[in-house]
Amino acid sequence: MAVDAEVPVGTAPRRRPGPKRLSTRELWTRRSPLLPALVFAVVLTQLPFLLTVYYSFQSRNLLRPGTAEFVGLSNYGKVFTDDLFRNAVFNTVELTVSVVLLSMVLGIAFAVLLDKRFFGRGVVRTLLITPFLVMPAAGALLWKTSIFNPVFGLLNWVLSPFGVGDVDWVSRFPMASIVMVLTWQWTPFMMLIVLAGLQSQSPEVLEAAKVDGATAWATFRRITLPHLRQFIELGILLGSIFIVQTFDAIFMITQGGPGQATTNLPYFIYLKAFRAFDVGQSAAAGVIVVAATIVIATFVLRVVSNLFQEEA
Amino acid sequence: MAVATTPQTTAERAAAATRRGRGRKVSGGAVAIGITAWVVGLLFFSPVLWMFLTGFKQEAQASTDPPTFFFTPTLDQYRAILDRNFAPYFINSATASVVSTILVIILAMPAAYALSIARIPKWRDGLFFFMSTRMMPAVASILPLYIIAKNIGMLDNITFLSLIYTAMNLPIAVWMVRSFLVELPKEVLEAARVDGARLLTEMRRIILPMIAPGLAATALICFIFAWNEFFFAVSLTATKAATVPVFLVGFITSEGLFWARLSAASTMAVLPVIIAGWVAQKWLVRGLSLGAVK
Repeated sequence: MAVDAEVPVGTAPRRRPGPKRLSTRELWTRRSPLLPALVFAVVLTQLPFLLTVYYSFQSRNLLRPGTAEFVGLSNYGKVFTDDLFRNAVFNTVELTVSVVLLSMVLGIAFAVLLDKRFFGRGVVRTLLITPFLVMPAAGALLWKTSIFNPVFGLLNWVLSPFGVGDVDWVSRFPMASIVMVLTWQWTPFMMLIVLAGLQSQSPEVLEAAKVDGATAWATFRRITLPHLRQFIELGILLGSIFIVQTFDAIFMITQGGPGQATTNLPYFIYLKAFRAFDVGQSAAAGVIVVAATIVIATFVLRVVSNLFQEEA
Repeated sequence: MAVATTPQTTAERAAAATRRGRGRKVSGGAVAIGITAWVVGLLFFSPVLWMFLTGFKQEAQASTDPPTFFFTPTLDQYRAILDRNFAPYFINSATASVVSTILVIILAMPAAYALSIARIPKWRDGLFFFMSTRMMPAVASILPLYIIAKNIGMLDNITFLSLIYTAMNLPIAVWMVRSFLVELPKEVLEAARVDGARLLTEMRRIILPMIAPGLAATALICFIFAWNEFFFAVSLTATKAATVPVFLVGFITSEGLFWARLSAASTMAVLPVIIAGWVAQKWLVRGLSLGAVK
């Protein structure tokens, strides 16, 4: 709100100079601090993506770079009719939706707990954020060995009083295993965003609700949840963008298997590029992923933009 | 709704006051909440704790049914890891993380300044451009980066990896630093202007000291992301420039045989970031939400 009414600090003496009053030279002087970062970002992120688009119209082998030829849209045709690609799309959706929802539900629950005052709250908060800090590659390997192992794993040991035998989690429930690891990793992320939302609530409003005799549940549903909505949206959207890109856990735990049961899009593209050396198809799949990401990202930008206007 | 328009300090003080008030009369409900929170916290932390403990076991104690809880700690596994030439991987990780973090801060500071205090025309577009680069999946740029690196002889090169990490973290840093800059009291900056301070002087003498804690937090968060990065590392490095997560790949095939050793290696791999994260936890949410949430 009211961005325009604000006085730009740097130009305080000349309030709101119209565009016409800024000479080209002055404009570039003011822009110059931005340029190094801008150029750097364009060169290392945008140009490679343009090259990916270019490769996606070529038949190209990674090991024989000299043999590239233009093939039009045939890579896209091949990718779209590839059962393995469709399988990867489905796995990606299943994985992302499960992890985002589970970690958001747990994240809200934990955030509500942490918003209360109790003995050692800071320590519990620190314990809860730790899974997000653990190097994902290391975390995945640890889950695979010391937690999921059918004979020596902690999971079966904890579940043994309930009559669960030596279940081989990774081969019998590969997707569920990956979802479990990723939920463990991403819950702290959701928790922190929701907690920030909870703590930005106006205490006066909550106090007023209490005075008016609202029950704790009614207060949570009618006041807290609506207030949290945009934080939850932000968490879900940012989480989706990052979780769609999951690679480490799949590489470390299942290698996309058994069969293709846990191959998601990033792993599919990785295999196409660095195992099958098929640059064209891999690039085409990459372009498709970017297109899908742009759809999610548009929503993210809208949410952030809202948060952002209130601040400015 | 009123995320940041609420007068922060008064609101926070009031919130703290109510919380304190609530804490004084210890009710049954409060105790239940405390216990639940502790149980949940310990449960979530237990895989990390287990890794830490297993790293001090002998291999025979690492894979037992039921799990071994009491044992005489040994440093054998750490010695074995160091003998397996772990140090170069660790040094590569440290180099890529530190170099990229320094570069990120050097690039992000002026950019964030242009996009906040200087308010160049179209500053919003600039900000959202940086954010959009962060959202682009890594798989969409890996092939060209690989081919370019190969053509210019930068494959398996730690400088190249550092540059990639710089690009990866730049948006986070621009957004975070910007969020610290917009919080600066305008009077101070205006005073500096009136005194005729030039841009660089203004930055160094006035802005820099005031946002130093914010810069430190930004740096820590960039360090965390660079240290933990796996996809680019495994695709673009082989032997010379391989980082710590790539070292761990060696344990995929030897599954079930070297759990204690794996735990020792993982402990060394995760420790720098866990410490950095604990130090920076106050700012973690701001970094994760690209500065959108305080």
